[in-house]
Amino acid sequence: MGMTMTQKILAAHAGLPEVHAGQLIQANLDMVLGNDITSPVAIREFEKAGFSSVFDRTKISLVMDHFVPNKDIKAAQQAKVSRTFANKYDILNFYDVGSMGIEHALLPERGLVAAGDCVIGADSHTCTYGALGAFSTGVGSTDMAAAMATGSCWFKVPGAIKFNLVGSLQGWASGKDVILTIIGKIGVDGALYKSMEFCGPGVQSLSMDDRLCMANMAIEAGAKNGIFPVDDITRAYLDERVHRPYQVYEADPDASYDQEYTIDLSAIVPTVAYPHLPENTHPASEGRNIPIDQVVIGSCTNGRSSDMETAAKILKGKKVAKHVRTIVIPATQKIFLECVQKGWMQTFVEAGCVVSTPTCGPCLGGYMGILAEGERCVSTTNRNFVGRMGHVKSEVYLASPAVAAASAVAGFVCAPEEEA
Amino acid sequence: MIVKGTVHKYSDNVDTDVIIPARYLNTPDAKELASHCMEDIDPDFVRRVQPGDIIVGGFNFGCGSSREHAPLAIKTCGVSCVIAKTFARIFYRNAINIGLAILECEQAADAIQAGDQVAVDFDTGVITNLTRGETYQAQPFPPFIQNIIQKGGLMKAIQA
Ligand code: SF4
Repeated sequence: MGMTMTQKILAAHAGLPEVHAGQLIQANLDMVLGNDITSPVAIREFEKAGFSSVFDRTKISLVMDHFVPNKDIKAAQQAKVSRTFANKYDILNFYDVGSMGIEHALLPERGLVAAGDCVIGADSHTCTYGALGAFSTGVGSTDMAAAMATGSCWFKVPGAIKFNLVGSLQGWASGKDVILTIIGKIGVDGALYKSMEFCGPGVQSLSMDDRLCMANMAIEAGAKNGIFPVDDITRAYLDERVHRPYQVYEADPDASYDQEYTIDLSAIVPTVAYPHLPENTHPASEGRNIPIDQVVIGSCTNGRSSDMETAAKILKGKKVAKHVRTIVIPATQKIFLECVQKGWMQTFVEAGCVVSTPTCGPCLGGYMGILAEGERCVSTTNRNFVGRMGHVKSEVYLASPAVAAASAVAGFVCAPEEEA
Repeated sequence: MIVKGTVHKYSDNVDTDVIIPARYLNTPDAKELASHCMEDIDPDFVRRVQPGDIIVGGFNFGCGSSREHAPLAIKTCGVSCVIAKTFARIFYRNAINIGLAILECEQAADAIQAGDQVAVDFDTGVITNLTRGETYQAQPFPPFIQNIIQKGGLMKAIQA
């Protein structure tokens, strides 16, 4: 029986001619990732177990992004643990204040992940790199510790759900609206333990940023990974950034899928996930009776260049509503600089937004925009669980940058074209 | 191995943000994490929980962030086992990797009520409800995973 794209990558990295869903395998890794929250736990495990060398100092990435520049003394201690470890083992890809960005925006941007790679990260949104045609998945800190020592990881080979994309996006609809619509349809455990394999003629109409955003939220449907086929758009993106050979895998024509869906991209409308689950989706145009207190535009889901551009387009020459604190967070230093060079920064500031250095910050309720009791935020992030951005009685509405920017101007949840 | 304890019961989609809120993630200290366990869904949990107690959840238990702090906080509270209809996948592997026993069993998760006394046999996967006099069958762990748990977690298993 044929294999899915994910299964082929896993088989190759496990040194097996074929694998099947449910099989337990040990696979070699091309990259092991951790951040300032998960790495210290992994480092402690690594040291406690008595390891004194890493498997490959060029295949480990440590990115200080959640609580840096250090939000408090404890966060400072945590970052210090990672920094000391990175120095001790001469870790090549250590990104600290000044060079860092949000990990899942940074790794693709730096060309650290390529098609066909097998990647784990001690961060649930590591599934983002499926956009590049890689197998990548989030794990815990102990997995990270073991992987830093051995360069391999155990996996249960996932089955798959196939999403056949047809048509192309219209108007303000974006990758975010596609993935929110899909999660609304299948639920937050709709793809539990499985791969979400995107394919079909609609793929070529999606930009790399759209694909990164969609793969990023595969975990929000419970998936092990989300993955896109490699096409000319992927190759153009990779060839600009990756300076090593990479391998392109394709699903076998007779690969088996547990379920198949056809998604018509031309029917996708700007969509918002209401509290407190990403599956609680509604058309953005129905949100007019929901006044908001804050807007966040950023994160590993939607803090990329095209996201900033979209937000700037909508905010240009406008002011955000007086009671809406609008926080814009470009995901990496490079994107930050682009915001300056292209004049988007000026647009944001003139519109009454505050612009932050790259950080996860408010996305996980860390700092830089915590919500008080009863407050509501429209956010381009990926989770709206209870208490995710602050007080347990605060609310997060997940949306695209276009919807978030339009809502900031309007002062309530709305679709972009509605805002006058 | 058999464990026995009182059940704390929760519904579907218990996420890692309520198991251990991000505002406490600025420390890897297990005891401190445990002191905030389940705080946003059950503020009383930490005071009620006794060593050996069992958590029962619904579908997709442990969804959300990859934070290993979540199973670690639960384990450090003294919880001996989590039974749920299904687990979010990262939580599932984290629990195994740190040696927190977890079992998937829809029937048990439906039938067991908060406060029940329950015993779990990991070798056979048999869950016994001592309060109601019922038993439920869960899948025992495959040998590969049993090996990790027997050795006391993934790090000990790879040291060999
Ligand atoms: S931006 Fe949010 S979701 Fe992304 S890595 Fe940071 S905390 Fe996690």
